[in-house]
Amino acid sequence: MFTFLSLGIVRGLIGQAIGAAVGYYLVASIRQAAGLPPYQEGALVLGAIFSVFGFLLAAGVFTDWIKWIGGGETPLHHGPPKGRPAWTRYFGVDYNHKVIGIQYSITGIIVLLVGGILALIFRIELVYPGMQFLDHDTYNTFFSAHGIIMIAAILLGVGGMINYLVPMMIGAADMAFPRLNAFSYWITVPSAVLIISGIFIGGWDTGWVAYPPHSTTTPMIGVQLFLLGFWLTGFSSIAGAINLLVTVMTMRAKGMSLFRMPIFVWAAIATSLIQFTATQTVGAALTMIVAERVLGLAFFDPTVSGDPLLYQHIFWFYSHPAVYVFVLPGLGIISELLPVFSRKPLFGYKWIALSSIAIALVGFLVWAHHMFTSGMADGLRYFFMFSTLLVAVPTGVKFFSWVATMWQGKISFETPMLFVLGAISVFLIGGLTGPILGTVPTDLHLHDSYWVVGHFHATMFGGFVFPFFAAVYYWYPKATGRMYNEALGRLHFWLMVPGFWVMSLGQMQIGLWGMRRRIADYDPALGIEFTQFLITAAALVIGWSVLIMIYNLWASARAPQTASANNPWRSRSPEWQVASPIPEMNYDQPFVVTGDPYEYGRDDIQYVNMAPAVGD
Amino acid sequence: MQNNRKHLATVTVLVLVFTVVTYYILDAIYALPPQASAEAASIDNMFTAHFMLIAFLFALIVVFMLYSVVVFRRQPGDETDGPHIHGHTGLEIVWTAVPLLAVIVFSVWGAQMLFDITRDDDVEMTVNVIGRKWSWVFEYPDYPDLGPSQTLVLPVNTTIMMAMESPDVIHSFWVPEFRVKQDLVPGMTTYLRVTPTETGTFRLICAEICGTLHAEMVAEVRVLSQADFDGWIQEQSISLAALTAEERGQLWAAEYACSACHSITGADGVGPTWLGLFGTERNFTDGTSAIADEEYLRAMILNPNDRYVVGYAQGAMPANFGDQFATRQAQILANEGVEIDILEDLIAYIKSLD
Repeated sequence: MFTFLSLGIVRGLIGQAIGAAVGYYLVASIRQAAGLPPYQEGALVLGAIFSVFGFLLAAGVFTDWIKWIGGGETPLHHGPPKGRPAWTRYFGVDYNHKVIGIQYSITGIIVLLVGGILALIFRIELVYPGMQFLDHDTYNTFFSAHGIIMIAAILLGVGGMINYLVPMMIGAADMAFPRLNAFSYWITVPSAVLIISGIFIGGWDTGWVAYPPHSTTTPMIGVQLFLLGFWLTGFSSIAGAINLLVTVMTMRAKGMSLFRMPIFVWAAIATSLIQFTATQTVGAALTMIVAERVLGLAFFDPTVSGDPLLYQHIFWFYSHPAVYVFVLPGLGIISELLPVFSRKPLFGYKWIALSSIAIALVGFLVWAHHMFTSGMADGLRYFFMFSTLLVAVPTGVKFFSWVATMWQGKISFETPMLFVLGAISVFLIGGLTGPILGTVPTDLHLHDSYWVVGHFHATMFGGFVFPFFAAVYYWYPKATGRMYNEALGRLHFWLMVPGFWVMSLGQMQIGLWGMRRRIADYDPALGIEFTQFLITAAALVIGWSVLIMIYNLWASARAPQTASANNPWRSRSPEWQVASPIPEMNYDQPFVVTGDPYEYGRDDIQYVNMAPAVGD
Repeated sequence: MQNNRKHLATVTVLVLVFTVVTYYILDAIYALPPQASAEAASIDNMFTAHFMLIAFLFALIVVFMLYSVVVFRRQPGDETDGPHIHGHTGLEIVWTAVPLLAVIVFSVWGAQMLFDITRDDDVEMTVNVIGRKWSWVFEYPDYPDLGPSQTLVLPVNTTIMMAMESPDVIHSFWVPEFRVKQDLVPGMTTYLRVTPTETGTFRLICAEICGTLHAEMVAEVRVLSQADFDGWIQEQSISLAALTAEERGQLWAAEYACSACHSITGADGVGPTWLGLFGTERNFTDGTSAIADEEYLRAMILNPNDRYVVGYAQGAMPANFGDQFATRQAQILANEGVEIDILEDLIAYIKSLD
């Protein structure tokens, strides 16, 4: 029997509301009973913490683990839930990696839309100097929320791609720890709810970086919900990364040595290594801010010998490598798709694979370039200038290898390939505008200007958004057994690419001229209204183009399934050698890897043998 | 192979042409603000080098890509694959080593320049900069008679060290025409060297998000000839003792940015207006009320978070003005030998606003 209330997401949200109320009134009533004045912020924090447990308990994420405590049996259930429509499995706890991957991706797109709408609202405010329809606090709340919501959206999209693709690519039936996998996804939902509700409950004006002493003293208490939501997103990252690393290390098909993995798997490993080892520090930093505000501790308060710069170090120790978490999977998608659409082997497979690891490792040594103007010890600026510029080397290897892969190929231009080419062009803009921020003298001018805004939007769009959309179009037939509409796909591309170029190049132009980041209003004497208008118009075009994609995916899913969705790209990857949508357990029998992954041009070499003889 | 050489020759020419075109486009649309400091002069050389490099690398990748897109497109109906090329170790080494070399060159050059533009052995004058939510104040320790200024006035062609402090949160000092930037961090003094080379009026802006009115945290910067600067010093040197309490109160209201939130025109801001405030009845959020007398003003300035007046932002006002006043009073006593009570001056000023 299907009822609305049987959906995990619905029960979870109700559980979250109940948890929030219990936590809030617990603090409020104890204080009242003790005759203390009310303390709204403390009550809010406990309410938020309880709300997360409320969600997870009610949605059923903990159910199996609780049964284990009592010694109960919890056999894994495969396939859609019994007695309910098949689609309901996407709205509740399900352990199949493909379901979780799609849950991650769709949640990611929804959160992306929320963050995008916030951006459009404050971009419209910026068309004219002076305050039009937002006040300062609302503007500050919106840009702060835009930052962290987009980061959450990107992490969700990354989780979506990794969860959906990696087990299929390595020939596994699922991730190593399916319950942990569901937990990693479901904890992001209450986290997103907390962050978004922070906009309405007090708001906050700290940006997504939350530098103390501002974040510890701001009267806008929505900052607590943002900090806790951010913390949970990180928790999800760590759990997901452990799962991925164990899966890849232990569950690869026979014959799949490390250098015979699809290149995307390398990117997933590099990303997970960062998530697994760096996220803890940002967790510590955020915990300290919450504790400083609620418990009156003083890690960063200079009036009692705390150090505000300490926060920046531990915050960026994660948050810089985090940008590689955002872009490495996307760069992996580019490397994965280029050979298929160029009909040529990936140029320099090993170099590309190792460049991902190199970026991940060097990425740990560059965090303080976010602090070139912070007042940290002078000597550090020299070291971090060198280490930062060093990132250009492995990144360059990727670009050159991509170009060489296309060279003399037989290139075709279906929508996924268009988005790959768009991604390269946009990531190129992002990449080339980076070194000028890495050399300290030029950074002294550009730091915290709109140049930085243009630079990192180009890296995020080129490294994540475009490749993610490429991946969505590319594997859409595999996931649904249907083709998307090619014309609408092209329209999406031809709106989004020029839109993005105008937006990001415009942002850099006014930044160079003296426009600051994170300001609600700017000086009319700068004479930048026209560029501001162009940026906003371009942002609106990007927004509309994404809606076209969503319509395309939605409308195409209503058509009947077609066999042409089995392998429309003539790919050699194992997931394309079986029917679409791919069966519940992926492969009827384990396949054996017999060659390198991208041997286009050689019909005598096979990547995978799908039906090896017994004992083969 | 013969064909490959022809392709590569064409592409090489196109890359060179495209590099030049890209550089001129960048030059046309990406302008830096006017150059007004010695530091800016060296930094701008590095900007030019970066833009040349950007133009070349952009052309290199984009031309290869566009050329492939046009020339190596699949013909309709062609189901065959391209040539089976796996890679080329020599090429990989070249495109690892050459960028590495560029990285080293830029690092060494950047380090040298950074050392030059931050050295403090040729500093001729010091200015203390205090940034607080949401205003700037400048003090001239080389001119003890000079009171704090709301405008940053500097003599041209003089190497100046800004010694910067913040009593509340992190701010950042940026004058785009000077090209250099430095955060102000509570609990420490940070330094920024500037050598203005052009006279004129510029704008100092705060570049680090610092709360509600961050966007409005600006101050005027005036760079004057040495003679004009000396004249300005003469004009500005005032004796605090010669002023009335109300006049001093007005100075403090500007120095401590009271007026950022409390208008004197009757308009509501982040906090209540001071116009006609004195003597009225104030209602608090806890349901009590009080008459705004001297005692009330003292309590609300020193401990703004004990009670909140209905209808205004809670917790927006720093709670450390008592300490800030005490530090400043000790400084005035040391410099000018007069005892000033800033709190009482402010109250006198508020009382005068009827």
